Amino acid sequence: MRRPSIGALGLATIPFVAMCFSVALWDRVQPMILGLPFNLFWLTLWVVLTPCCMWVVYRLESTHTRAADDS
Amino acid sequence: MTAAAIALTVMVAIVAIGPAIGFLAGSRRRMDLEQWTVGGRGFGTVLVFLLMAGEVYTTFAFLGLSGWAYSRGGPALYGLAYLSLAYVASFFFLPQLWELGRKHGIQTQPDFFNTVYRNPYLAGFVCVVGILAFVPYIQLQLAGIGIIVSVASFGHIGRVAAMSVGTILLVAFVFANGVRAVAWVSVVKDFLMLIAAIAIGVGIPLAYFGGIGAAFTALARARPEHLVMPGATTNLGHSWYISTVLLTSLGFYMWPHAFGATFTARSADTLRRNAVLLPIYSLTLALMFFAGFAVVLILPHLRNGDLGLLTVASRTFPPWFLGVTGGAGALTAMVPAAILLLTAATLFAKNLYRPLFAPAMSDDRVARLARAMVVVLGATSLGLAIHGASTLVSLLLTGYAMVTQCFPGVVLGLYWKRVTGTGVLIGMMAGVLIAVVLMSTHLDPIVGLNAGFVALCINFAVTIAGSLATRASTAAVLAELI
Repeated sequence: MRRPSIGALGLATIPFVAMCFSVALWDRVQPMILGLPFNLFWLTLWVVLTPCCMWVVYRLESTHTRAADDS
Repeated sequence: MTAAAIALTVMVAIVAIGPAIGFLAGSRRRMDLEQWTVGGRGFGTVLVFLLMAGEVYTTFAFLGLSGWAYSRGGPALYGLAYLSLAYVASFFFLPQLWELGRKHGIQTQPDFFNTVYRNPYLAGFVCVVGILAFVPYIQLQLAGIGIIVSVASFGHIGRVAAMSVGTILLVAFVFANGVRAVAWVSVVKDFLMLIAAIAIGVGIPLAYFGGIGAAFTALARARPEHLVMPGATTNLGHSWYISTVLLTSLGFYMWPHAFGATFTARSADTLRRNAVLLPIYSLTLALMFFAGFAVVLILPHLRNGDLGLLTVASRTFPPWFLGVTGGAGALTAMVPAAILLLTAATLFAKNLYRPLFAPAMSDDRVARLARAMVVVLGATSLGLAIHGASTLVSLLLTGYAMVTQCFPGVVLGLYWKRVTGTGVLIGMMAGVLIAVVLMSTHLDPIVGLNAGFVALCINFAVTIAGSLATRASTAAVLAELI
């Protein structure tokens, strides 16, 4: 199978770092933002930001695919 | 009419609308094996999307996550993270899977293993693992039906009676209609569920505290430790969170029904676009956390946390609305349970029994065997649900510990030329064995990590070592495939 580009893989690791690996940094109650404890706010924020990240990945991969098809 | 009678009448009416639509959707077509299991492969994008969404919104999301937010606190947050990340991960293997499926007529997970590895024992083992992992998942849905009906009847109908009636209805429903009915009931259910989720997630904090922010401020003052990990537990800390999120996000598309749904998509690009957009869908799950955490202060001493959300709803909302919520909740349990039963039964008859024991079996006889399996699996799961005492989330995590063991075989099969069928088979056997041993001896979590994740790591290591030790037959096969 054709491998995804490094750029796409790199961008896709951002949500994994933000929502999973960095848990020790954001798992706290204060500061409460928009009425939510910080950890719940952080995760909800990234539920919204993840599609933005993935949209860029999608654009990168579709040009990557087209370039591969042309060559 | 008493409150219980009103709530139950509304609920029964809603639950009955679903199957009625289903019967109408199915009645004009003759039911053969293909029609019954994959709707004759004629599903448009919208229907496929609804089917997939229906699988996400299960009792796990509705009662399980709020129940864990109540009883465990912080660790429940894994549920909000893993769905988004599951879609992110899927971007890198679902489109490739789809391409392979189109070229080789792959329909199911065992088909994939058979095509890539040419190893019938491996395909059979994948099948067995899938069916075993489904049992706790179906059990979860039945337990959910029991909770919903007994709370909505204000305790007049017992949990066991409710689960038994639910199972009978479910089996009848699957028997009569197959997959097409399920897709249409899904539409009704998603709409009702959204209303119920907003009403409960926003309404309960509003009614008792004056707003979501006020509810969290009160909880942060009274029990701040409950809002972070490990919450009310001693052993579900940050390393557990990371390992569980990885296990479940990588395993999400390893469920045989989700894996199979991939091949119903119109193109690989549809799957890429879905992977970008679907994370938004998990936003409504946050509402379940609002409600679950609010219940901590409203009803501090519930024995079973999974009852929390509905118990508060029954004290807060008028009986008719409790009926709407209960009806939506019951459909939320029944739709996924129907999909799971149908997939498990078809896998057993078509991918396990026929190829291994009766190659000459006709399609009609396979369909009959699959129907018999629906009854067997329904009864088994009901028995386990009656005797089981696990929380809904624990049940799903048990299933994930099993089903994610398919992941190395899938992803290495797509991307690593040196992988062999023998390597994948011994890796999976090691993974499943370790997961079962650790969970049955109550060593989960082990050294702070999710037991299923530990098993997955060992599975990967054994698969890679085993592949390097055996002859690379797959490279030749893959070159031929692509």
